Amino acid sequence: MMNKTIRELTEQYPYINIYLDDFDINFDENRSFEENLKQQPDHFFEQRKMSFKEVLDEFEDYLDKAKAILEESIENVDDITIYPGKGKDGVPEPYEEITVHPGEIIAIVGETGSGKSRLLEDIEWQAEKDTPTGRTVIINGMSKKERRKTSGRQRLIAQLSQNMNFVLDMNVDEFLKMHAECFVSQGEVEVLVKKVYETAISLSGEEFSLNSSITGLSGGQSRALMIADCAYISRAPIVLIDEIENAGIDIQRAMKILVGSEKIVFIATHDPVLALFANKRIVIRNGAVSKIIERNEEEEKALHEAEKLYGRLLYLRNRIRSGEKISQFGGMA
Amino acid sequence: MRLVTFAGPPAGGKTTVLCKIIKCFKNEGIPVGAVKFDCLQTEDDRIFGAMGIPSKKGLSAELCPDHYFITNIPDVYNWGQKNDLEYLFTESAGLCNRCSPYIRNILSICIIDQLSGINSPQKIGPLLKLADMVLITKGDIVSQAEREVFYRRVQMANPHGEIYFVNGLTGQGIYEICERIKELSSECVLEEQTLRFPMPMALCSYCLGETKIGEEYQIGNVKKIG
Ligand SMILES: Nc1nc2c(ncn2[C@@H]2O[C@H](COP(=O)(O)OP(=O)(O)O)[C@@H](O)[C@H]2O)c(=O)[nH]1
Ligand SMILES: [Mg+2]
Ligand SMILES: [Zn+2]
Ligand SMILES: [Zn+2]
Repeated sequence: MMNKTIRELTEQYPYINIYLDDFDINFDENRSFEENLKQQPDHFFEQRKMSFKEVLDEFEDYLDKAKAILEESIENVDDITIYPGKGKDGVPEPYEEITVHPGEIIAIVGETGSGKSRLLEDIEWQAEKDTPTGRTVIINGMSKKERRKTSGRQRLIAQLSQNMNFVLDMNVDEFLKMHAECFVSQGEVEVLVKKVYETAISLSGEEFSLNSSITGLSGGQSRALMIADCAYISRAPIVLIDEIENAGIDIQRAMKILVGSEKIVFIATHDPVLALFANKRIVIRNGAVSKIIERNEEEEKALHEAEKLYGRLLYLRNRIRSGEKISQFGGMA
Repeated sequence: MRLVTFAGPPAGGKTTVLCKIIKCFKNEGIPVGAVKFDCLQTEDDRIFGAMGIPSKKGLSAELCPDHYFITNIPDVYNWGQKNDLEYLFTESAGLCNRCSPYIRNILSICIIDQLSGINSPQKIGPLLKLADMVLITKGDIVSQAEREVFYRRVQMANPHGEIYFVNGLTGQGIYEICERIKELSSECVLEEQTLRFPMPMALCSYCLGETKIGEEYQIGNVKKIG
């Protein structure tokens, strides 16, 4: 490792530039770090109050740690279990546990202000009777303390909410590349970016180009891009979605794509199609889980009806958007 | 008494997060105090004072705030002990990207916000690189992808530290931070410690308040563009 040239190192691990930049020296790319260091004048070491060997050792230590981080794989989630707490009035929640596995979608429904977001926060926080609800959330049977040593708790969970927007001044292509580079090798970046881009376009129903600025995307386009990105680039196995407006995107296909990537999805929603589409739905009332409804055959039929209706509405929406005059819809002839 | 230093770029959420941390310690009945180090003006000490804890401010004026910090920290430390504090928190604005106020064996926390730009992890130098804990704020208003990219860059600037996302506004994540502060901080004799990173001597005459332009006013460690 240490005898590789600067070029070899930065090609393999582009991120170490973040460390190298800090030295404020012009590295000779065809030499190793050590050889470069030998070229430095005395005051380089004086200024740092470090000897040649100390700087070298520090770099070796940095490389070891950085390499370990880059090669670290994220913990697989086999199950996540929610244990009951109490509602706003102190009444214990009426269930024993809710266990969810990869590929499942759980809808969280209830009046505005009933406590849907609170449940999502308990999951994000991996609550252990240390939140206002007193709920406990256990991932892979492991407590927060144990987990800190393996992977960070926070990186198991991806979040998507109404308030989250793109803020970087970049175009779609640059942005997706930059995200993909966090997790895959250079050779795989392009294919991954293409997949995310094409998925996002198909979800949003509104074309945008790879050159579009991410901050200039419409609400629907940016939600579609966030979801496609989350499904294929982000490695977090659990996705929490808090009432994203559906803004004309094919939200149901979006969910299928997420669970197709073996994610566990919790989604707080008022959307009837989405709520019926979920494997289970948790009903929240007055800060507490009041019911857990599993989709049965009856509901499946209702879902098919609702899907048809929604599909037609989406179609109507696109026709209107593209400037058509509408001569036929629903019972209209 | 345990000293814990907080530093980070301006408007990154230091005061907001520190207030939440103070509240968390206060709720447990632990006596804490806070000192704000700044350049010219600050109201932050009043914000801390309004929380009902001993507070103080130090203004470095024309000096580099980190140089000022290190020359005044012994006095501040004594002040904290006189006030019977169990934890003394200091906040310094990372205005000087060359310096960092971190001391060996004193828990050092860097607070940096998601909106500061994708390159800020490599721009802020020792402030980030040498911290024991890095708290990333304002993740609540950006996309998951941006959070992941930022996190990766912070990791690569500082692969030794513990990195957390916190929400300064809602306090989400603060409880865990307080637990980590208790675990990672320790009591030690301040006078026996050393700085983690030597501060460049007042880099040049301008560090000391020079305003005139021209060769003859450039004294000290001057580097030419070439
Ligand atoms: N959205 C959001 N805003 C934050 C967060 N943390 C701090 N802020 C805001 O950022 C601004 C600057 O925070 P402040 O604590 O004064 O920064 P300081 O200069 O580092 O002490 C304030 O308006 C805060 O309300 C956060 O996590 N999310
Ligand atoms: Mg402040
Ligand atoms: Zn300085
Ligand atoms: Zn200067």
